[in-house]
Amino acid sequence: MIMTAISLENITVQFGSFIPLKDINIQVEEGAFISIVGPNGGGKSTLIKVLLGLIKPEKGNARIFGKNPDEISSGLIGYVPQIKTLDRSFPALPIELVVSGISSNWSGFMNTPTKKLAIEAMEQVGVAHLSKRPLSKLSGGELQKVYLARSIARKPKLLFLDEPVTGIDSAAEKDITRLIDEYQNTSNITVIMVTHDWEAAYHHSSKVLLLNKTVVCFDSPATAFRDENLRMAFGHIGHQHEMNFGVKHHD
Amino acid sequence: MIEMLSYPFMQRAIIAGILVGFIGSYYGAFIVQRKMSFMGDGLAHAAFGGIALGLLLNSEPLWVALPFTVFVAILITLIRDKTELEMDTSIGILFAVSVALGIIFISLKKEYSTDAFAFLFGSILTVSKIDLLLTFIIGLITLLTFFSLWKRWAYATFDSELAKSDRLPVKTDDYILSILIAVSIVLSIKLVGIVLIAAFLVIPAASARLVSSTFFRMTILSIIFGAVSSIVGLVASFLFDMPSGATIILVQAIIFVICIFLGRVKK
Repeated sequence: MIMTAISLENITVQFGSFIPLKDINIQVEEGAFISIVGPNGGGKSTLIKVLLGLIKPEKGNARIFGKNPDEISSGLIGYVPQIKTLDRSFPALPIELVVSGISSNWSGFMNTPTKKLAIEAMEQVGVAHLSKRPLSKLSGGELQKVYLARSIARKPKLLFLDEPVTGIDSAAEKDITRLIDEYQNTSNITVIMVTHDWEAAYHHSSKVLLLNKTVVCFDSPATAFRDENLRMAFGHIGHQHEMNFGVKHHD
Repeated sequence: MIEMLSYPFMQRAIIAGILVGFIGSYYGAFIVQRKMSFMGDGLAHAAFGGIALGLLLNSEPLWVALPFTVFVAILITLIRDKTELEMDTSIGILFAVSVALGIIFISLKKEYSTDAFAFLFGSILTVSKIDLLLTFIIGLITLLTFFSLWKRWAYATFDSELAKSDRLPVKTDDYILSILIAVSIVLSIKLVGIVLIAAFLVIPAASARLVSSTFFRMTILSIIFGAVSSIVGLVASFLFDMPSGATIILVQAIIFVICIFLGRVKK
């Protein structure tokens, strides 16, 4: 029987008079790969933060595996934040970052079993050779892979990725999306990915959530990327549409 | 050198210097990495307001400065949390208000007081046994946080949102850190003075950052630089008859310059 991983009922988030999310209702089945697509300021990252338990909604009910988001054990959740939020002046090595994913803390000393687990996760995404290079010297793509290794090192049941391919070159972009896809296929975890990459969302997701403060469409990629839905979400259909999908829904 | 160490005041000064060097430089690693360098200055000047109030009330200035500065530290963190202002802005506001209050409190005291100005520059050579005991206690508390809170503070320093997503009590930890920094500043004022305390919180940690690839190494090196600069500074001030607090800061500056060169060589 397929379980429900995420259930959102009438979620509304409000900061003063600003309402980034209004009446969000979705159900996500375990093992699904969901891409969240929408314009800037459309509430995508806010939704991820609600799911992580970092933002409490003004209204509504959010459940992850039947529990409140802030009651879920952090070990069940993998989170790859936007790399633009990283403070590159912080002195750290990639292996420390991956170990922090396993221990849910920052370790001064790393014991051998934890180190071994971290290296295994780094090998899985092909960055083990970077384990001792300062974070500040990694490229955007390398850094994203380290974050991915950090998330999968704890063997989560649910993986949140907030714009994992933003700000990196297209080769690394394809590489990362492939890694996420491969990992999801082998481990059957639920993946929620915020992305501006429509092509990746189209080809890798089981469902696409088109979001602009409220749910515009939550359906298969082919349905979600229909012209009328894109117009409702973005106000236009975007030049990526024809280029990337090779599907024609123009009216 | 042996003669110098035979003086009890010098022995107390060296122990106090090592303790303050350890305490200030340990918290300094977080202050520098969280880009809160202005906090040391801000809280030291807030302490000036408390000291002036203590003098006005004819009580022990440091005992009034302690709650006063802790209150300001909490207020700084609260303003950052509850408004859209950045921390340096809330520090800037409370820094100015505290100094203004200090000046008003001093003006309200009828007789002229040189005491308040003595706290501006401090005097590590006049440290009493009670001062030493208090510094030792805060040193012990600091050591305890090294084993219990360092991991959490370090994680939140790296990325507070990531730490929150791992269910760490980041907000509570921030308040604990701010309060301990405030207490450390007040207790260190008598030794190095309001004007120089900020240097203890910034220079050793900034030097350590230049030659460290991990935050743990940065913390340890910062502590070593802080303690070593205190010892070398005190010895130099005794030998060359120079003001002790200022000499310690100059030694820290020399270490900083050396670290700039070492950091470049490492690159």
